[in-house]
Formats: sequence, C-alpha cells, structure tokens
Amino acid sequence: MAWTRDDMAARAARELRDGFYVNLGIGIPTLVANYIPDGVSVTLQSENGMLGMGPFPYEGEEDADLINAGKQTITELDSSSYFSSADSFAMIRGGHIALSILGGMQVSEKGDLANWMVPGKMVKGMGGAMDLVAGVKRVVVVMDHCEKSGAPKLLKACSLPLTGAGVVDLLITELGVFEINRGKTPVRLIELAPGVTLDEVKAKTEAAFEVAL
Amino acid sequence: MVDKVKSTAAEALAGLLFDGMTIMAGGFGLCGIPENLIAAIRETGVKDLTVVSNNCGVDGFGLGILLENRQIKKMVSSYVGENKLFEQLYLSGELELEFNPQGTLAERIRAGGAGIPAFFTKTGVGTLVAEGKEVRDFDGELYVMERGLVADLSIVKAWKADAEGNLVYRKTARNFNPMMATAGKACVVEVEAIVAIGELDKDGIHTPGIYVDRLVKGAVFEKRIERVTTRAREAVGENAAAGVEI
Repeated sequence: MAWTRDDMAARAARELRDGFYVNLGIGIPTLVANYIPDGVSVTLQSENGMLGMGPFPYEGEEDADLINAGKQTITELDSSSYFSSADSFAMIRGGHIALSILGGMQVSEKGDLANWMVPGKMVKGMGGAMDLVAGVKRVVVVMDHCEKSGAPKLLKACSLPLTGAGVVDLLITELGVFEINRGKTPVRLIELAPGVTLDEVKAKTEAAFEVAL
Repeated sequence: MVDKVKSTAAEALAGLLFDGMTIMAGGFGLCGIPENLIAAIRETGVKDLTVVSNNCGVDGFGLGILLENRQIKKMVSSYVGENKLFEQLYLSGELELEFNPQGTLAERIRAGGAGIPAFFTKTGVGTLVAEGKEVRDFDGELYVMERGLVADLSIVKAWKADAEGNLVYRKTARNFNPMMATAGKACVVEVEAIVAIGELDKDGIHTPGIYVDRLVKGAVFEKRIERVTTRAREAVGENAAAGVEI
C-alpha cells in the first residue's frame, strides 16, 4: 500500500524540529499542520505577513483581515505577530525560516524544482515559491510520484520551467522518501512506503538513484 | 496646513488620474485592498493602466472590476489564479502580464520607495525570471539584479489614520500596503476610521504621514472573503489544517 495524502503529510511532519519556524505550501503541505509530533512546537509563517498561524476559525468568527497565503480564513495565537510583505520575504530570503514544505510538478536529480508553470496552459504565477526555495534553509517537496498519465516526475532534468535550480533537500512521494541534497550528492532512496517494492520505484523513476534503505 | 483628508474617494483621486499611468494597489487576494478607491477609479473610466498588485481581484470585485471595464493594459503581479476574466483577456492578448516572485515584487516596491534603483537577490536565479537580467557572483553564490519600482500613484488600504496621514494596518490586511505607500509619486489612502490627532500610539504607527498625500474614510467596506474556511465547534485542539472550506 502506497502512502495516502495524509500519510505523506505525516511523513513530512517528521522533518519538523522543536523551535522551527516553518512555511507550509498549499495542498498536501497544509495537511502537515495536522501531524506535528508530540513534544515538537513549531511556529508557522504565512508569507502574506504573519508568524504564529492559529487554527481555522469557528463558523461566524471569520475575520476578512486575517487570512493565510492560500487566502483561507485563519486565527491568531497569543504569540502571533503581523508584518508587511517586505518584512515577510526578508525573513524568507534572509534565511530565517528553517524549513519549507512545498508541492511539486517535477524534481530533478540535480535538485531542481518545477512547480509553477506548464507552457501552453494559463499560468497563475509563482507567488512566493521562488523566494521560498531560494531562501529557506531546508526545502522538502511533497508530490505524487508520477503524473496522471503515468509519466515519472522525479527526472534527470526537469522539462518544465524551474522554480529554483539546486534547491530541493528532500522529496516525499506516495512511494517513498528520497534524499536529494540540492543535487550535491547522488539521489538516495532512504525509505519505502509499506508494501511498495524497489522494482516499482525503479519502474516509475527516471532519475538515477542509490538505494540506502 | 494642507488638509489631507478628503470627503469622498472621487475627491481623493481628483486630478491624479491619467490614461497610460502606473498605479500600485495594495492587498493580498481580497485582503487589505483599497476597495473604495478602486471603485472610484472605475467610475472615472481612466484607461491603459499598468497596475502593480500582488493579485488582480476576482470576477466582479477588487481590481476585477477594472478588468471588466477594460481599463487595465498590463498587470505586474505574482499570482493571478482567482480570476476567470483575467485568463480570457490574457489569452486573447488584450492584457499584458509580468510575473514577479512575490518577495521580489515586495522588495522592488520597498526599494523604489527608498530611492534604491536596483538590488540583487537569489530568488529566480536559474529560472525564466532571470532571463535578460544581470546575474552576479557574490561570495560564491549567484544573484540576479532586480529593479526598484515606483508608480505614478499608489492606492492603499489602512485600518486607522489621523489627519496627519499616520497609518495603522490591521492583521494580515497590511501585506503590500506599507511599501506601496512609499513608492507612489502620489499616495492616496482609504481607511475605516480617521481618529483625532494624538489618539494613535506614536510607537505603533506603521506608515508615517510623510508618505500619505490624501486620505479618505471609505464609504463602504464590503471586505469580501475569498475562501471562508472554518473548523467544527467540537474539534477543539485540532491543528490549522483541519478545516472545511465553505
């Protein structure tokens, strides 16, 4: 049994360390907040200008002036702070955020990430993704192992326009976990999801990788 | 003394608008957008605008109403995914679009307002964003040069102001507003309340009045929410993502 979306989020949550300031992307990365390990306290940054994101509000208590980067209503904590977009990205680009967990379209064995545009389709924009991968100390990508067509997404080189070159530290898919190390060392498969075979991973992966299970 | 406080959004914008101008508009999504000033700009019909704003509103609200009225020629944004009309106009070639990474956009505006014509950042190195731009090695790392950004007019939404133009924003409605206030040749601000001089905490002012040329108390604040997301009452103690989008 390959991992579910929630399993992948729970695995990504194991990358959190006590005291980390963390930025979570949209999609599966948002679910990571549900799996923060016991004894680990992290501060969630929202790049639209908040540190210390609280849970979603109760119905009737939504505040139009309080949203996350996915434009969802959220709440504040006693420890929260607000700041401008320039201050927010100074945190991100200045290397003050310990960990970013993002979705991906393609990852290459060189540590490149593509997650913002598909040529020929309407492009929505990169938002803060290019800043996050360029500035955050450790970048974890959570994505499906293959496209719906079955085409691999862990590649020798990305075919889509890049979000960042040599920026991915760790990749989590429904099949397992890969150490990418920003392309500085060969890709290593370090975990397999339960019931997933090495042969299956090899068949569904274009990138070269070492096995270090 | 110059009276910065105007009685209507139209009056606050009077004499500042012209075809082909560049306007910066604060806000992130629909949060912290100058909705009254946008509506007043629509009424004037001023056109061929270049609008610098992180997003472009939604169909029927925010900057979306200027798109509907075909007043925008070009957008400079980081993300425009919430607007169907935008997509139509872009794909048909009626609308130009320049994407900036969100942090680069914020810093370009901050730099512009601070008189800094250009800066170097790691963001975008090795991507389409860096094409045609100077890339330089500093201490063994590559950085791309980005230009500071200024506009003919910035339109800003704050929470409270005094007649001096000192501004306080509220929660995540701050976003791009403080930088934009500094980067417009003229800066017009709409607020929810204008309080007496002396009432704002002087240590808590986010934008000092020097940046603000005109000020208006907004007539209506619809403050639409793009994605109302809530959690169930019984789910006490669950974490941030355990919500339901309505």
